[in-house]
Amino acid sequence: MIEAGDNNSADLCAVAPMGLLAELTHRCPLQCPYCSNPTELERSSGELSTEDWARVFKEAGELGILQTHLSGGEPTVRKDLEEILKAAVDAGIYTNLITAGVLLSRERLEGLVDIGLDHVQLSVQHVDAKLADKIAGFKGGYSKKLELAKWVKELGLPLTVNSPMHRHNVEYLEEIIEFAVKLGAERLEVAHIQYYGWAFENRHTLIPTKEQVYRNADTVDEARERLKGIMSIDFVVPDYYAVRPKPCMGGWGSSFMTISPTGKVLPCHAAASIKGLEFENVKDRHLRDIWLHSSSFNKYRGTDYLPDPCKSCEFREVDFGGCRCQAFMFTGDAKNTDPACSKSSFHKDLLEIAERESKLEPKEFLYRKFTKQQQPAE
Amino acid sequence: MTKERLIVETNTTPALPRFVKLRHDKGRDRWIMLAPERILTPDPIAVEVLNLCDGVKTVGEISGHLAEIYNAPTEVIEKDIKTMLQDLADKGFLIS
Ligand code: SF4
Ligand code: SF4
Repeated sequence: MIEAGDNNSADLCAVAPMGLLAELTHRCPLQCPYCSNPTELERSSGELSTEDWARVFKEAGELGILQTHLSGGEPTVRKDLEEILKAAVDAGIYTNLITAGVLLSRERLEGLVDIGLDHVQLSVQHVDAKLADKIAGFKGGYSKKLELAKWVKELGLPLTVNSPMHRHNVEYLEEIIEFAVKLGAERLEVAHIQYYGWAFENRHTLIPTKEQVYRNADTVDEARERLKGIMSIDFVVPDYYAVRPKPCMGGWGSSFMTISPTGKVLPCHAAASIKGLEFENVKDRHLRDIWLHSSSFNKYRGTDYLPDPCKSCEFREVDFGGCRCQAFMFTGDAKNTDPACSKSSFHKDLLEIAERESKLEPKEFLYRKFTKQQQPAE
Repeated sequence: MTKERLIVETNTTPALPRFVKLRHDKGRDRWIMLAPERILTPDPIAVEVLNLCDGVKTVGEISGHLAEIYNAPTEVIEKDIKTMLQDLADKGFLIS
């Protein structure tokens, strides 16, 4: 267990983290235009080795991590996924595979279940096969996903369907809910996408109107009541239409960490978008050390650094001033109040952009891809 | 085939589904329930109840057992247990 202490007050909030997002690779056969990966994707040649990940999970278990999300990119691109999963299972960590589902065979899934995989989260871009494939930029993906969902249930694993919401599927929420029930999903995640990374580049063609989002909220309320005990629904509205920001995963550096394909340890999956933050690598330092002492984790830990209006706000310990990444993107300084908060002087601009862009004619997507110099090795 | 909501009755034989893991969190010295995207921290009494949910014993039997240990009326205990288990069932974390 971690002892808080030292003379650094930031350490006091450094209780052990509980969740670890393991981005095993940035490679992915899909090209969703709202991908939360950084716009500068990491090359496959620099990816952590099997042994690196095995050590990371051992260190993570000792540090107190209870759950991990094996993600990417598409984690099943890695041929050593089995060994990586085994290391997490051996460390006593609850394992969740986040997949687009287009590369997995039934045999491979069965193998993963035998090793001890606990849960599968499958992304579904749309209920309409054609539109789903268009959004993902991948032909035939939709039917592969249906197959995978069926196998997951046959093998007795719980299934979460994850449908990121945006203008191109916002009117189909009811169908998405019915679809997930039919697949036998225990959970449905219908989070409106947040506009960082690739989604920021595509915001003008992705952002829905306020009315659409509010209608979604009503649909979810009704469905939750009807589906009690059958399927639970997590719903997240886009920050742009919120009055108060979402609390950032219990606060920066308080319960969660992300490890990038090359081994960078990030306080949040989007943290690389904040210029000037330096990240440490699992190859150089023990995970516990990084968690406790690295500058990127300590910089925005706690609430002492927050300026007004957060400084004097009663919600400071509730939402921790919102999202650092969004604060950086909009105000140029990550320590500012998240502009999603109505008390931020930038809030007006945020809302104005959302309302204007949500009414623009949709343009072609800018698909996620590696830039020329960054072509993946295979 | 669509699922139906589990209603917890006296003769229900509750159990945790395979994907819900009840275990002791050594580092933090407390019991936790691990489920997809969720970590629950049941209190000591709840842990005792959950450890008895083996898919064989009924809610009535579990209540009777705990009523004896705690020297409390079975009806009171059973009512509390049903509320707690129904809540878990509605989250999708209980089967029978
Ligand atoms: S001012 Fe800061 S602390 Fe207050 S609600 Fe807004 S973001 Fe949260
Ligand atoms: S800083 Fe923002 S993007 Fe990162 S975890 Fe917090 S809320 Fe999410």
